[in-house]
Amino acid sequence: MSTKLDHSMSLASPEPKGLSTKQKISVAIGLSGLLILLLAAFNIDFPNRPLFLALSLILITIGTIIFANDAYLTKLEGIKNDGVWFKSISSRGLLGWMTGILLTGFYIILYFYPQYIGQGVDGKENTGLIALFDPLSYLLKGQPASQWFVYGTLYTVAILVFGYKFILKYRHNRYQQLRTVSVMFFQLGFAFLIPEFMQALNYPYYDFKNMWPLNYYFFYDWNINGFLNSGTLGFAMLLFGILSIFVISPFLTYKYGKRWYCSWVCGCGGLAETAGDSFRQLSSKKLSAWKFERWSIHTVLVFAVVMTIAVLYSYIGKNPDRSIFTRSQFIWAVVSFLSLLFIAILIYRRKRLDKDAKFAGGAVLLTIVGVLLLNHFSEGNKIFFIESYKLQKAYGFAIGSIFSGVIGTGFYPILGNRVWCRFGCPMAAILGAQQRLFSKFRITTNGGQCISCGNCSTYCEMGIDVRSYAQKGENIVRSSCVGCGICAAVCPRGVLKLENDKLEGRINSNEILLGNDVDLMDYVNNQKN
Amino acid sequence: MEHIVIIGNGISGVTAARHIRKMSDKRITIISAETEYFFSRTALMYIYMGHMKFEHTQPYENWFWDKNRIELKKGLVSKVDIKSKSLHFSDGEKMNYDTLIIAIGSKPNKFGWPGQDLDGVMGMYHKQDLENLEKYAPNNKTCKRAVIVGGGLIGIELAEMLRSRDIPVTFLVRESSFWNGVLPEGESQMINRHIKNHHIDLRLSSNLQEIIADDNGKVKGVILQGTGDIIDCDVVGLTAGVSPNIDFLKDSGIDLGRGVKVNRFLETNVPKIYAIGDCAEQHEAIGLRRPVEAVWYTGRMMGETVAQTICGKKIEYKPGHWFNSAKFLDIEYQTYGWVFAKPKDYETQFHWKHEDDTKCITVSYHKETGEFLGINTFGIRMRHEVFDQWLTDKKDIHYVMKNLSQANFDPEFYKKHESTILTSFQKSQLQTA
Repeated sequence: MSTKLDHSMSLASPEPKGLSTKQKISVAIGLSGLLILLLAAFNIDFPNRPLFLALSLILITIGTIIFANDAYLTKLEGIKNDGVWFKSISSRGLLGWMTGILLTGFYIILYFYPQYIGQGVDGKENTGLIALFDPLSYLLKGQPASQWFVYGTLYTVAILVFGYKFILKYRHNRYQQLRTVSVMFFQLGFAFLIPEFMQALNYPYYDFKNMWPLNYYFFYDWNINGFLNSGTLGFAMLLFGILSIFVISPFLTYKYGKRWYCSWVCGCGGLAETAGDSFRQLSSKKLSAWKFERWSIHTVLVFAVVMTIAVLYSYIGKNPDRSIFTRSQFIWAVVSFLSLLFIAILIYRRKRLDKDAKFAGGAVLLTIVGVLLLNHFSEGNKIFFIESYKLQKAYGFAIGSIFSGVIGTGFYPILGNRVWCRFGCPMAAILGAQQRLFSKFRITTNGGQCISCGNCSTYCEMGIDVRSYAQKGENIVRSSCVGCGICAAVCPRGVLKLENDKLEGRINSNEILLGNDVDLMDYVNNQKN
Repeated sequence: MEHIVIIGNGISGVTAARHIRKMSDKRITIISAETEYFFSRTALMYIYMGHMKFEHTQPYENWFWDKNRIELKKGLVSKVDIKSKSLHFSDGEKMNYDTLIIAIGSKPNKFGWPGQDLDGVMGMYHKQDLENLEKYAPNNKTCKRAVIVGGGLIGIELAEMLRSRDIPVTFLVRESSFWNGVLPEGESQMINRHIKNHHIDLRLSSNLQEIIADDNGKVKGVILQGTGDIIDCDVVGLTAGVSPNIDFLKDSGIDLGRGVKVNRFLETNVPKIYAIGDCAEQHEAIGLRRPVEAVWYTGRMMGETVAQTICGKKIEYKPGHWFNSAKFLDIEYQTYGWVFAKPKDYETQFHWKHEDDTKCITVSYHKETGEFLGINTFGIRMRHEVFDQWLTDKKDIHYVMKNLSQANFDPEFYKKHESTILTSFQKSQLQTA
C-alpha cells in the first residue's frame, strides 16, 4: 500500500482512476490558452492582439469550467478528495514539482527580469507577453500594460476560474461558497478594477483592502505623497488606510476572527483558497514546523515594523511641513504605543502567552525602543543604524518579492498553498495575535465524537494539527487559523464548527471527554485547573 | 518499578498508556503485531480512497512515544502465563509483566462460509486487510467486480472505498433493509436509496452460500443462497460484524465469554489483569448498552477509566448517555440517547425527512411521560453537549422540539430546518391526540 505513493514520481499514470475523456479535452483547451501566453512570452507577435488575448483568457476559462463541471457535477454532493494523494499534481509527484519549478521561474522573471517577457524599458514600447495585454490596459486606464498589470490580470482570472471550480466542489456547503464568492468579488473589484479605474482618473493606485503591513509600501514617501497630492479623496484614502490598521481590522477580528480578512477578503488568501486549493494537504503538520513558523512570521513582522518606522522617520525629516508630528514626537509616540501594547497584553492576557513568547516579545521590544532612542538622540538621519531606503530595499526584495511571491506562490505544489500566509505574512501575524488574545472566534469541538481519523489535520492548509485538539475535546484557538472551514467540512463525524461566541469558555482543555462518567470527568478535569 | 504491559496499540491501549503516564512513573510497554505505531483504524478507508497517507492516520508523531517513555514492542503474543506473570511471543521470546491490560480489539466475523479463506477474500479491519485490498483491487481492470457480504458500517465503508476507484460493487445485505437492526425504517430506507444513487448494486434479503475459486485458489465468484445465482467477482469483502480477538487467551485461566469477562472496574478474574475496549465483555450490560461494545469512544473511555484504577484511584467504568456517529457515503449520522429500530412498548417515535432525501431525524420519547429518550440525525449535525444535558435533565419532548436549534451544529450559513421540523412535529401531535 505504501508503495503506491512513490508511483506519483513516475511518468506512467499510477492513478487507479485517471482523467475522463471530457477532462482530458478540457485540459487541452486550457493549455492551449496558456500556450498563446507562452508563445507571446517568447516574443511571438500576434497580428491581432485583442483577439488573441481574449482567445487565450477565454480558452483558459472554458477549459477550467468544463473540467470542474465534469469533475463535480457528475457526482452527488459531498466531499471530493478521492485520489488526492494518488494524483501527481497534488502529492508532490512529477507534475507537482514541474508546476512548482515553472511557477517559481515565472515569479523570478516577473519580479527581476520583466524585460524578458516584453516589458518596455526606458520608454520603449512593450513587446511579447506584456504587449499582448496592452489593449486591455488601454481599455481600462488608457495606459500601456506593465508586468504588474499582466500579473494582476492573470491573478484575477485564476481566482475567478478556480473560484468557480471550488464552488462546485463544495456545492453542499454554503460557508465555502459564500467566502469564495467574497474573495472573487474583492479580487475583481477592489484589487483589480477599482485601482485601474482610479489610475485612469488620475488618482493614486489604491487597493482599499490591502492593508499595512501586508501592503508594506503604504507608508513609503511616494505613496503618502500620492495621497496627499490628490485632494480630499486622497486624504480620505490615507485616513481609511490608517483606520483600517488601528480600528476597523481589530474590531472585525474581535467579532469574527482573522478569517474575515484571510479567507474572505485578502488577495493572497483568495489565490490560496482557489487556485491553491489542490495543494492544501501538503502543509507540514509537524510540531517542528509550528515552532519554525512562530519564529519566522514574527521575525517578518518585526522587520516590517522596524522598516516602516525608519521610513516614516525619514519622511518626517524630509517633509516637516506635511507632518503633524516632529521627529521627537513621532519617536516617543512609537515607543509609548509599543510599550503600552506590550504591557496591556502582559496584564490582561499573560495566561495565554507562552514563556518564550513573553520573553521574545519583551526582548524585541527592548531592542527596538533602545535602538530608536539611541539613534534619535545621536542626531542623525538614520534611525536603525542604516539608511531607511536600504531597509526599504531589503524588505522589498527579501519579503515583498522572494518570500511572498517566489516562495509564497511558486512553492504551492511543494509546501502547500499558504506558505506565505503561514510563515511570512506580517498582517497574518498581527491578526493572529488579535485572534488568539482578543476574539470571539474559535472552532468548537463536538463533545466525544472525534475518532482521530486525521482528515481535519491533513486538509488544514495552515498546518495546524486540528486533530490533536479535537481528540481532546478542546476548542481550536490558534493564532494561525485563517478560518477557511475545511476541517469542519471534511470531518466525517460532524465534530468541528467555526463559531463566534462568548469569550468565557473559549479556551478549554479536557483530559477526559464528554461521554464518560461525569464524576470522573469532574475529578480529572478539575484537578488540573 | 512496576511494569505495565498493554497488549494492543489501538485507541483503548494507547489512551490507557497516556493516562497512566500522566499520573505515574511506571514502566509502560505497548505490544502490537499489526503496526509499529498507533494509527486510527477508522481512517484506514481514507488511505485506499487517496484522501490521506498512512502517516496522516497516526495521531501522534513518532517521537511522542520516546518522549513519554512509552516502550513499543512489535510482536504477536501467543500465550499469557498468569502463574509466572509472563507473555510468550510467537517467535519464542518472553516478557514479564506486573500488570497486564488486554486491549487486543476485534477481528472480522467469518461464519464458516465455504471459500471464506480464498485469495481475494478479506475483511476490512486490520492494516493488513487494506494491503490485501490494494493488492487485489488496485483498480477496475484488475478487479472487475467486488462483492461485499454484510450490511453494517464496515460494509458500506468498503463499498464507498471501492466505488472511489470506479470498481463495480454488489452489496449483499441479509436484512430486508440496510442496517435495520439499528436504524428505524424511514432512515434505513433513505440510506437504501442513497446507496443505490451511488451506483452500488444493493441486494437486500440476500445471503451468501459459497465463495468459488478459480484454478489458482483465487476467488472468481459467489453463489447466492436460495436462488443459486452466481455473481462473478475478483474480491469478496466479509463485513458481517466483528468479535473479540481472544483466541490466544483460551486455556490461560482468564475468564472468557464472547470477550474477556470483566467487572465494572474492568478487572478480569485474575488479579492485576484488566481488559478494555472491543475485547472486553461486561458480566452484565450497563444500562441499555451491549456487554461487548466495539465502538471507538468506549475503548477510549475504558482506557481513561482503567488508568485511574491502576494508578491507585479505583473507579468504576460508568459510561454516560449513549451516543455514536457514522457516515454513510455522503450522509453523516449522529445519535444521542436511544432510538430503537423497532420501537419498545414504552417508546413513541417522531420521524421527519427533508424532501431532498438526504436529511432526516427520528426523535424518541416516552409514550406516557413525554420524556425525551433519544434522537437520530442524518445530514444535520447536532451538539453532543446539549443532548447530553437534556438527557440528564430528562427534558420533555416538547421542550426538546422547541429548542432544537440550540443543538444545531451545522456550519454557518447552512439552511436551518428546525422550524419545519417543529411544525411537522406539532401536526403529528394533533393527529395522534
